[in-house]
Amino acid sequence: MSMDATDRRIIAATQGGLPLVAEPYVAVADALGIDETDLLDRLTNMQASGVIRRIALAPNHYALGMTANGMSVWDVDDEKIGSLGRQVGALEFVSHCYERPRSLPDWPYNLFAMIHGTSSEEVEALRAQIEKLLGPACTSHDILYSTDILKKTGMRISPGA
Amino acid sequence: MKLDATDRLILNHLQEGFPIGPSPFATTASELGITQTDLLERLERLKSDRIITRFGPFFDAEALGGAFCLCAMAIPEEEFGAVVTKVNARIEVAHNYKRTHRLNMWFVLATETVQEISHVADDIEADTGHRVHRFPKLQEFFIRFRVAA
Repeated sequence: MSMDATDRRIIAATQGGLPLVAEPYVAVADALGIDETDLLDRLTNMQASGVIRRIALAPNHYALGMTANGMSVWDVDDEKIGSLGRQVGALEFVSHCYERPRSLPDWPYNLFAMIHGTSSEEVEALRAQIEKLLGPACTSHDILYSTDILKKTGMRISPGA
Repeated sequence: MKLDATDRLILNHLQEGFPIGPSPFATTASELGITQTDLLERLERLKSDRIITRFGPFFDAEALGGAFCLCAMAIPEEEFGAVVTKVNARIEVAHNYKRTHRLNMWFVLATETVQEISHVADDIEADTGHRVHRFPKLQEFFIRFRVAA
């Protein structure tokens, strides 16, 4: 999809979130000097084209008791990674699941799956479920826990680019 | 803080999506069987209590034309602080986590173009003297993830 300057200004104005007021789209449109109808049309088009994945609420996992999470990593047969990756990604406790290149010899793993649970014991049990699902197609695996958030600013695009 | 049944209803419902249209909170409130005022007040409270991380559009970063790459480095403990300072100083570093592995520093580079990813990663290698392992996404197995409130 081609985006024009107005689309980019809309993204810049909303990437931090929508205002919690009765007419949030009117507030955003007014701030940008456009009509609400124009804004709604553009948001609808961006959602249809996939630029907007969804407009929704993201809860704080930690506040809801999902205090344990681990980046599980797997060395999966390249021939089977497509079908197995989809199965792992479909598990309800997996939030992000990607195929990535190995970096040999230090890093033999090509499947990354972020596991969320309420305790480290639960995360380990969920990891065992993935191990079972992958079966002999997986030759080695590991799990990395985060011990410190060193930086978290997220992506930002500039309105004028 | 304590969440009541209505808070949980709101958290679960709005993870599924929020309408694009006039008076979206009135629409949502009526779907939930509460008043718009109650909905907005609860959202304000959940946001200020940090139960809500974000509320609004989630953009597909790549559809916006940017480039992203997960990177990792193996940094000896005695150098860790100095290397964090150097890596975090780059505006292209969006997140950075310390993790339990020999590859103990994991960060995401976000740039406007694919070429910039390798330039920034090369710069970090030159600046720190440590290899930057690069793990660009080859395939995404993306399924909608929800946290039950």
